[in-house]
Amino acid sequence: MSDVLEVRDLCLRFRGYSGMSEVLHGISLNVRAGERVALVGESGSGKSVTARIVLGLLQELPSAQVEGGLFFEGEDLNRLSRRQWQALRGTSISMIFQDPTSSLNPVFTIGTQFAEVLRRRDPKLSREAADERAGTLLQSVSIHDHARVLGAYPFQLSGGMNQRVVIAMALANHPSLLIADEPGTALDVTVQAQTLKLMHELVERSGTAVLFISHNLGVVREFADRVFVIYRGRIVEQGPTPAIFEDPGHAYTRALMAAVPRITGGGLPELNDSESAFLDPMVVHEGGKA
Amino acid sequence: MSAVLRLLSRRLGISLIVLVGVSMLIFGIARVIPGDPARIALGPNATEEQVANLREALHLNDPVVVQYGYFVADLLQGDLGVSLYTNRPVTLDIAQFLPATLELVLFAGVLMVGIGLPLGMWSARYRGRWPDHLIRVVSLLGVSAPSFVWAVILMLLFAFFLPIFPIAGRITDSFEITRVTGFLLVDTLLAGNGAAFADALWHIFLPAFALAVSGIGQAARLTRANMVETYDRPYVEMAQAYGFSARRIAAKYAFKPSLIPSLTIIGLDFAAMLGNAFLVEAVFAWPGLSRYGVAVILRKDLNAIIGTVLIISATFLIVNLIVDLLIAFLNPRIRHSERGAS
Ligand SMILES: Nc1ncnc2c1ncn2[C@@H]1O[C@H](COP(=O)(O)OP(=O)(O)OP(=O)(O)O)[C@@H](O)[C@H]1O
Ligand SMILES: [Mg+2]
Repeated sequence: MSDVLEVRDLCLRFRGYSGMSEVLHGISLNVRAGERVALVGESGSGKSVTARIVLGLLQELPSAQVEGGLFFEGEDLNRLSRRQWQALRGTSISMIFQDPTSSLNPVFTIGTQFAEVLRRRDPKLSREAADERAGTLLQSVSIHDHARVLGAYPFQLSGGMNQRVVIAMALANHPSLLIADEPGTALDVTVQAQTLKLMHELVERSGTAVLFISHNLGVVREFADRVFVIYRGRIVEQGPTPAIFEDPGHAYTRALMAAVPRITGGGLPELNDSESAFLDPMVVHEGGKA
Repeated sequence: MSAVLRLLSRRLGISLIVLVGVSMLIFGIARVIPGDPARIALGPNATEEQVANLREALHLNDPVVVQYGYFVADLLQGDLGVSLYTNRPVTLDIAQFLPATLELVLFAGVLMVGIGLPLGMWSARYRGRWPDHLIRVVSLLGVSAPSFVWAVILMLLFAFFLPIFPIAGRITDSFEITRVTGFLLVDTLLAGNGAAFADALWHIFLPAFALAVSGIGQAARLTRANMVETYDRPYVEMAQAYGFSARRIAAKYAFKPSLIPSLTIIGLDFAAMLGNAFLVEAVFAWPGLSRYGVAVILRKDLNAIIGTVLIISATFLIVNLIVDLLIAFLNPRIRHSERGAS
């Protein structure tokens, strides 16, 4: 199966007042067509920056220095112009953020924002046509009073409703890769579970590949085909989800697993960093290789 | 009743109370200025009897409260009394001089918004880079001197040393323009006289710019500050992740949410230009309300003082009201203050 996304030996450094600090120390991962891959790790381990590098956003930050291979559908992203990379965003690659309500613009209606998203693929789309398509897409995320939702502002809708809207937007332009950065963590647990299930069904039906960033191992186990465990800017373990959960090979992964029962509420507890075994070499499970 | 109507009626009520307060205050203060208005009006050669008659006619011998009663009764009929300085109804005097002042202030307001907001927007879009540094220095310079200082500096630079702009007045005297609105920029257009319009524009630019400079700086700084904060919001990151151009994000997704908090202050700055206009008018010999205002204060022309102050206050309040409505219009949270279900 071909890779939708391949990240090869990715390094990230930030220029700060106290010199350079390295945040990613050469991570490699891949997502195959139609596959759901999870990137798991505790807070600050480098999950979100990885997502932002794939989108080409972090590269625009003057203080960030990015090195490493990035390939999207076989194409070398580093050789694209900024404009070409920008053209991929919102069309072939899309993204869902942690808090749906604050990731929608507060001063534009859902309809306006939806139309803008659809125009990324189809710049000449009229507002009427956009509303119609948005209506159909909202239907697919079980929003049936779509006329009201399209006319509403994000603050007039519940978090769960906004999450559905955001999922519909993310899939509206038939991306081949969806990056979901802790989607719905800001929502309460039942709503989060509902919307994740919905997202699961939709990407399965459309065959969209997903890079799923999460704290929550319970959700990962249910959602992902393969898992990459990241610890302090390094991938420490990778492999098919069942293999990882049945036989976690790395000390850090085992520590994460041990914390699972407490995870239903959301984030991971802080793990004890002094554990020297966390710095052991990477564990690769069969079938986990690129 | 819709949220906007409710807001409008509440603000109108408050404005009315403020106006009553202002009228009482200025009514009291004007009577404390030393000197007998009747004596000043009639001049040193008038007899004691003439002065006494005028005092009687002006109700000056009655208690202040009673005088205020007369004043309010007249005001309700749209009568501000007669000016002792011009011997004409104060309303007529104000109608003559106010449009020049309003035109100057409105034009300055257009400059403030038309230059200040885009500057702030660019500054925020290029935050931390050289266009930002440049704009921040320029806007700091703008707010660092009051408008009459700018008036003098700009006049010296661009009307005196480099005579690009006229030094005084609203329009070259040779143009004969029928007065319709009192706004020369409008009246010249109504007359279909392009040359006169250009001339009026040429005359108004420098004083209006001087009046607007600190407002431009203030608007730019405020817009930048609010927008820089907005740039850290998840919805801007989402717009970036969806591939919208930096330009579009600046002009739309980051600008509009940032405009709402800036607008209140910009509105106040705009209203404050009404006061600053007096000094700028003096520098550029602009035939507005300032010359009239100063003259009537020096002559203790009670009716004219109160009329002028009231009109300025009313204009100030109207401007604030318009700004509040604009904010309500731009901010969906006010417009739709009733929360939708689910
Ligand atoms: N713009 C930046 N400048 C400097 N350091 C940064 C910047 N962005 C991120 N970092 C650092 O990079 C590291 C990784 O951040 P990242 O946001 O990827 O963590 P994360 O794994 O997504 O954590 P969380 O689960 O809390 O979202 C952190 O230590 C963070 O402090
Ligand atoms: Mg993160």
